[in-house]
Amino acid sequence: MIGEVDYAALAVFVFFFVLVTALGFVAARWRRPKTLAHIDEWGLGGRQFGPWISWFLIGGDLYTAYTVIAVPALVYAVGAFGFFALPYTIIVYPIVFTIMPALWKLAKEHHYVTAADVAHGAYGSRPLELAIAVTGVIATMPYIALQLIGMAAAIHALGLEGELPLVAAFIVLALYTYSSGLRAPALIAFVKDAMIYIVVAAAIALIPLKLGGYGAVFAAAEAAFQAKGSGGILLTPDQYLPYASLALGSALASFMYPHTLTVVFASSGPDVIRKNAFLLPAYTLLLGLIALLGFMGHAAGLKLANNNDVVPTLFKTMFPGWFAGFAFAAIAIGALVPAAVMSIGAANLFARNFWRAYVDPQITAHGEAKVAKTASLAVKLGALLVILFLPTQFALDLQLLGGLWILQTFPTVVFGLFTSWFRAGALLAGWAVGFLGGTWLAWVNNFKPLHTLTFGEHHFVLYSGLLALAANIVVALVVNAALERRRAASGVAKGAKQDRVN
Amino acid sequence: MRLIWLLLLIPYIALLSVPLYNHKAPALFGLPFFYWYQLAFVPITSLLIYLVYRLARHDR
Repeated sequence: MIGEVDYAALAVFVFFFVLVTALGFVAARWRRPKTLAHIDEWGLGGRQFGPWISWFLIGGDLYTAYTVIAVPALVYAVGAFGFFALPYTIIVYPIVFTIMPALWKLAKEHHYVTAADVAHGAYGSRPLELAIAVTGVIATMPYIALQLIGMAAAIHALGLEGELPLVAAFIVLALYTYSSGLRAPALIAFVKDAMIYIVVAAAIALIPLKLGGYGAVFAAAEAAFQAKGSGGILLTPDQYLPYASLALGSALASFMYPHTLTVVFASSGPDVIRKNAFLLPAYTLLLGLIALLGFMGHAAGLKLANNNDVVPTLFKTMFPGWFAGFAFAAIAIGALVPAAVMSIGAANLFARNFWRAYVDPQITAHGEAKVAKTASLAVKLGALLVILFLPTQFALDLQLLGGLWILQTFPTVVFGLFTSWFRAGALLAGWAVGFLGGTWLAWVNNFKPLHTLTFGEHHFVLYSGLLALAANIVVALVVNAALERRRAASGVAKGAKQDRVN
Repeated sequence: MRLIWLLLLIPYIALLSVPLYNHKAPALFGLPFFYWYQLAFVPITSLLIYLVYRLARHDR
């Protein structure tokens, strides 16, 4: 199982991996609570993380290992279009600043742990709660699988072949997440983020120097795209709308995921979230610089079997062995933080919105934590099996659908913060149309995220998720107006008995 | 002071108007305009959010 192994690289890699594993288990004692056997402690770290811990944790959770591998891979393959991740991760922050402090307060006040708790609490509807919970879990599963792909790319770049190292790393991850809960990724995030910042600083300073500067890098990339006959260092006019709509749709979706809401709810107050809205863009700058590595791949003349190899191969070619090992460790550890939080977010949904709702309504907070811990193991095992036994493309397609699906929970989670007009039935109808319609759009477009709308002579190409969201909102508005009308006609104020929050 | 919240619209207008910045020139440190313009909006957006944070009223 061992190919061409650079032992210096391997030693550095193993050292850091062992370090974070130790941290993962020690985390159970960090900021020690009276008991970890409570879902607020295991699943939300006690809702006590201040601005700095939250900065590392949210940053480590949102900018995943897969991002470090896939964004440069897309830029390498298609050029400027792959850069949409940058506007996406900029315009997400005004949304976070405007919405998340209010959502945090609502969650704290009513002891909500998940988005589906919010749906149930605010609208008093079990079906709506279930829709939000199921959407969250199925959108997260492929996302965890992608973290494994990112980790595998780093491990294989070390020269280790076969699946055994990946399986071992994941079992270790599963065990300390089980025992420490959200405290494990929070503690590991410090190491992970520091390592990634060091790697990127070195990469953007040293690699262009070796390649003759950024001017030469872009010239080489442009020549490569021209030779290939597709892609480019600028967008073509027909890419404007896809670029902008993917950025906007992704920004609206990204804080609806269970793993992002989990780390938002885990902070100690609304002000922590506001501060992070203007501090987290530091990671966006990092992402933008990482994206440029895709162009450097062309300038370095790399010959790749797989676009996802662009960053690992670039590091191997440009860095000394020990530093390449450090960089691969940063990527692999970078997968651990989001994978842990994702499994915790999905497990919280299972424990709160399925187990407590349908299996054991009398469950204690202690029991909830126990169910969630077991569910986190099952979720990770599922993701591992998907990666080991199904084609990689399956996970990629599902991840794309996941983004489209999770976007359909936006109206239910967010609208209630600003208006008390919407009823559960209308939001559920909107969700169903967005979810099924969006899935159909993805299906007819062969799992490409874009759909072409034709109005006579004019064609508009847009992100399907955003189209589905528009349909979702229109249906919710229309159905709600109809429900209001019927209610007014029958003269019975049924809404009055609903447990509304606003 | 509620008008101060309108500052948060600037990044959307600036970044979603793609034809505005889809150009090579002027380049900066070898980066085409398309790239450094978008990278520049990272600190600009941070600053705008910071201004709204300081100048608008929030409940803690």
